[in-house]
Amino acid sequence: MLRFILRRLLQMVLAFFGTTLIVYALMFAGQGDPIQALAGERPVTAAQRAYLTEKYHLDATGVGGFFYRYLNYLGGLLRGDLGQSLTGRQIGDILAAAWPVTVKLAVIAMAVTILVGVTAGVIAGIRRAGVFDHATLVLTLLVLGIPTIVLAPLAQYFLGVRWPIFPPTAGAQPSLWALLLPGIVLGSLSLATALRLTRTSVSENLRADYVRTARSKGLVRRRIVGVHVLRNSLIPVVTFLGVELGNLMSGAIITEGVFNIPGVGFNLFRGIRTEDGPLVVGIVSVLVVVYLLSNLVVDVLYAVLDPRIRYE
Amino acid sequence: MSDFETVAATEDQSARRGVSGEPGTPDRAGEPNRPRSLAGDAWRDLRRNPVFWLSLLLVVLVAAMAVAPGLFTANDPRDCVLSRQHAGPSGGAILGYDFQGCDTFARAVYGARASLLVGALSALITGVIALVVGMLAGYFGGWVDAVLSRVIDIVLGIPLLLAAIVLLKRVSTSGETVRLFAVILVLALLGWTTAARVVRSSVITAREQDYVAAARMLGAGNGRIMWRHILPNALAPAIVVLTIALGSFIAAEATLSFLGIGLKAPTISWGIDIDAGRVHMRESATPLIVPSTFLALTVLAFIMLGDAIRDAFDPKLR
Repeated sequence: MLRFILRRLLQMVLAFFGTTLIVYALMFAGQGDPIQALAGERPVTAAQRAYLTEKYHLDATGVGGFFYRYLNYLGGLLRGDLGQSLTGRQIGDILAAAWPVTVKLAVIAMAVTILVGVTAGVIAGIRRAGVFDHATLVLTLLVLGIPTIVLAPLAQYFLGVRWPIFPPTAGAQPSLWALLLPGIVLGSLSLATALRLTRTSVSENLRADYVRTARSKGLVRRRIVGVHVLRNSLIPVVTFLGVELGNLMSGAIITEGVFNIPGVGFNLFRGIRTEDGPLVVGIVSVLVVVYLLSNLVVDVLYAVLDPRIRYE
Repeated sequence: MSDFETVAATEDQSARRGVSGEPGTPDRAGEPNRPRSLAGDAWRDLRRNPVFWLSLLLVVLVAAMAVAPGLFTANDPRDCVLSRQHAGPSGGAILGYDFQGCDTFARAVYGARASLLVGALSALITGVIALVVGMLAGYFGGWVDAVLSRVIDIVLGIPLLLAAIVLLKRVSTSGETVRLFAVILVLALLGWTTAARVVRSSVITAREQDYVAAARMLGAGNGRIMWRHILPNALAPAIVVLTIALGSFIAAEATLSFLGIGLKAPTISWGIDIDAGRVHMRESATPLIVPSTFLALTVLAFIMLGDAIRDAFDPKLR
């Protein structure tokens, strides 16, 4: 187990260097004039140019210069210093303010997924090929097929503006109530996948030998399903939910943008809109690390949950 | 972001099913002297599936819009007059006008072209990469497989939307055509992995079949075996994955355009129009609902089509 975790950690370190190098190379290397790009349309005076060249070590050219600047960026990333956005705010401060909101939203989406998705999945799995099963299959196909950029604005319009059940947008300090509708929209996608996964897993396990044994021992159906089948069926679901939580944490760009929720995804959305290069790179770098970390946690969790899986 | 995850999840399912979708022998021979082929069997099932016909009809309709939008509307989608902002239906504009005073319906019809072009070309490039990589990895095995599988793992580990944002920022000031092809390339480069895995696993299954051994005994070279014997058997699951991928590429293009990093005006795209309609939904919701419906139906049609074909080719699932 320890060896597996160590090996996995080593892999993650490699992946971290690889992805940050790619992000960095694509964003900064080979572009025409980084100083002019920083300034946008405004003219740059000779003094400003000299100062920026000195500050960012732009005079070093070639491969050595590129790696020097890359290591500089990496060092800043590791120290938590992400630099400034074009508006002059510390990107670290922006993220610190945005993260609690994103986490709140992710938790709501997760709760919806587990409460509705897993429960409905278990019922559909038990009553396979029944009316409920067919209805959920059609519904999940619809949810999986409709992109978020359709689902989020339409939910906002119909449930927020046309029939004002929910507040259409969340403000600067969103309450849980204001986050409920975006949470449901965000969770609906993982809900559909979790439902299908649970359904398949439960209906497969219901045919297993140990269920027949339990039944022939005279156990009641509730106990067979609730104790024996569920414990075995939920292993893949838990793994999936772990991956999803990681994805949700990395900010729902579309949902947060549409519902005006000041989370991480919203800031990325705004950074893209206002062509704020440093802000986009800073947030993307952090998100990539979050993504890698959550994958690591899920892999380890998987090994802990299911002792039948061996990593040697 | 979650869009892509779902797409990945649906594709995962197809990948898993694709493995088991090995070409089986027809268990019930129709006519006594002519055994039906797998494709013939699948076609018999498909013909009776209403979902297949419905999704095929939608796909054909959208394709017709992309090829000849003039057949569906006489109005010019770029003929915008501010004085008829949010005006109701009149003349040829059956669904009224949007915030800029453009014909809502005409814009939705003309938007099909960019979406379908991006979807089809990305799927085509994806298919080529997936077939080459999957075939090499599955057929040769050993270190070729090891290297290619690691490459697949790495690409699969890249979050699609974040990577697309970074890549597409490089062309943010380029012209219309460059942007279009940049979007196609980015989607294809990040999206080929699932299809490659499906091809790889079906090639591994086909490689062990008796007819391959027979061909080798007859003196056929690697190239001939791969091209004539294994490829036809690996194609069916790949086509299923690619049909579904086509739908998700269309959704991804709309999402990128919605964010403002994909296609930009003057290109007409559903993603751009949904974003514009969203901002003014309080005044008039039609400019939001119309492109949304077009996009959702198109994506759904491709996903349902892929689902139906897969079910027909893989009777074990039923």
